[in-house]
Amino acid sequence: MLIALFADIHANRQAFSACLDAAYTQGAERIVLLGDYVGYGADPEWAVDTAMDLVAKGAAAVLGNHDFAVGDPGESMNLEAMMAIEWTRRQLGREARDFLAGLPLTAREGNRLYVHADASAPNDWNYVVGTFEASRSMAATEAHVTLCGHVHRPGVYSMSPTAKMTAFTPVAGVPIPLLPGRRWLVVLGAVGQPRDGNPAAAWALLDTVKQDITFCRTPYDVAAAAAAIRAKGLPAFLAERLFKGI
Amino acid sequence: MVKPLITPATEIDGFHVEERVHKGGMATIWRVTKPGIDVPMLMKVPYLGEGADPAAIVSFEMEQMILPRLKGPHVPRCIAVGDLAVQPYLVMERVEGTSLLPRLNDLPLPYDEVAQIGWKVATALDDLHRQHVVHLDVKPSNIMLRPSGEIVLLDFGLSHHQQLPDLMQEEFRIPFGTAPYLSPEQLRGIRSDPRSDQFALGVLLYFFSTDVRPFGESERLSNMRTRLWRDPVPPRRLRPDYPLWLQEIVLRLLEPTPSWRYPTMAQLAFDLSHPEQVKLTTRAEKLKRDTFTQVLRRRFDTDLTWPTARASTVPLSAAPIVAVAIDLAATSSLNEALRATAQKILATLPAARLACLNVNRHHRIALDTTLDAEGHNKQIDRLVALRHWAQPLKLDEARLTVHVLESNDPAGAILEFAENNRVDHILIGARDPSLLRSLLGSVSAKVAAEATCSVTIVRPLREVALAS
Repeated sequence: MLIALFADIHANRQAFSACLDAAYTQGAERIVLLGDYVGYGADPEWAVDTAMDLVAKGAAAVLGNHDFAVGDPGESMNLEAMMAIEWTRRQLGREARDFLAGLPLTAREGNRLYVHADASAPNDWNYVVGTFEASRSMAATEAHVTLCGHVHRPGVYSMSPTAKMTAFTPVAGVPIPLLPGRRWLVVLGAVGQPRDGNPAAAWALLDTVKQDITFCRTPYDVAAAAAAIRAKGLPAFLAERLFKGI
Repeated sequence: MVKPLITPATEIDGFHVEERVHKGGMATIWRVTKPGIDVPMLMKVPYLGEGADPAAIVSFEMEQMILPRLKGPHVPRCIAVGDLAVQPYLVMERVEGTSLLPRLNDLPLPYDEVAQIGWKVATALDDLHRQHVVHLDVKPSNIMLRPSGEIVLLDFGLSHHQQLPDLMQEEFRIPFGTAPYLSPEQLRGIRSDPRSDQFALGVLLYFFSTDVRPFGESERLSNMRTRLWRDPVPPRRLRPDYPLWLQEIVLRLLEPTPSWRYPTMAQLAFDLSHPEQVKLTTRAEKLKRDTFTQVLRRRFDTDLTWPTARASTVPLSAAPIVAVAIDLAATSSLNEALRATAQKILATLPAARLACLNVNRHHRIALDTTLDAEGHNKQIDRLVALRHWAQPLKLDEARLTVHVLESNDPAGAILEFAENNRVDHILIGARDPSLLRSLLGSVSAKVAAEATCSVTIVRPLREVALAS
């Protein structure tokens, strides 16, 4: 089965629609959403509606820190994120807020674990940015593959049976075998706000038969997404960064 | 104790195990058959379980990822991959022929043969590098010669794939490989530099041409590390008749700093197949090793000797071989336009090299002689004219070669040259609208249609604006 995974959609309607189209074109049979549907972007209502719709049709979804912050004003964030969340709270209706509040921190499916950030403390929202953080997250689960987001830059970590770690920055379009002899932690890039210098939206396609994962990049109408952010009066930097992927 | 999982007559996923053909440090290799598959096959099975070398399984994991992705005539065809969780194995084509290992009895080999082997291996490794794989264990026993003479590279257990996680990198802090062939950068922990394969090939060519291993056979790390600063004895000291061009090539391959070697395997192959055009530097004439002070300076240069994880590699696309086809009889404006185009490419890519081609078309009826009416050697005249064309480019000699191809079929000759020399880009002037050219057919159109690389068709700058 082909599973399309999306993380850090961040209310970017243009990016998420382009990614969903690309995923279905490539034959995705199942959708997994790894959190942060809202924050930063201009279309939180659409993003949550789309997520709700996908979940109603069987998609798996977990909670992200921005989604959590919608319901908890005490959650600490940087200034731009905070401003965007303040605005987002005033956009979402009861149903959307209930949907976000009801999302689980983690979801298990077969030998895979879905989580937004570090699986060892899912509600601490630690970034998995190196082998140390990756091994801490992997130690907390038995799953063969952990899939997460939150970092906005793609990465692949593996742990051998003797707990040796490897780190790798994936190349888009090249399938990476998730060998059964070791355990894997896959950090997805962001759909709605990539930060690896490539403005194209990032997502991934997991093949459960071949046991491999392919990182995908989908170009989208960045100008429209940025214009929408500006039109809503959100911080200008949130629009500008989309062009550069920073 | 490692449990023997496989014995003769075992059936695994339909493969019938026959005799064991090799028992190595990390794996055993069996001859296998399967109904419906006619190719002779080998099954590689790693040692697993308690007591097994942890490197064995990681190296097997790497090979299992890499081999199925490789294509082309220079690698064994991968037939099946066993499930690592059940019974790991790899079934691949059994390459007929022999490895280069038995040739060790015949050393030193004649220089021409050494160059020929070098060219074949460099071409095979170029194919591998173009598939994003650095072999990292180039040595005689991993190089097979098919009965047809074609080279096949074996054993990707220590290889690095530039687009896949490197499981060996973090697992083992000590370098893996074969001591005499390990490059200085491998000893410093770098596994991603394709030029490491040049160093290993340099060791092989040195050894095959002199019967002496340039850095000995010691497997002690401290002994192996001396190659980071100590240069080998120049081959000419061992064999006074050693050709200058071959010493130039071999010592360039053995440079401790990767960026002092060739930018790509294709460029090395190019030099090996055109010995008369190899630029001879002080390397070629060297009769003694470097002085004590030179060596001492390198010994304490931490940029050269300290461990590092970063390789500063040049992407293959930045070091193309560009061929420019020049019709010496064409208008000067066309040849100027060709030069301007070549200049733009060479200026942006400092590691690119240029081969200037001219086709000497035989007369269809009259018997050709090499001398013209005034007794000049026509071949030499053309070579001189090609150099003259290239002179304004002011290229370093190492980046420029000139070639006169003899043929009745200019397009065919250009295409053949491009194929044999791994040319990445052909520059050619557009067809002349004259009657003669239309009768003969367009060379540039045929080249553009049939080349397997990029072709740029060049026309002179417009002289007058065309009426609309």
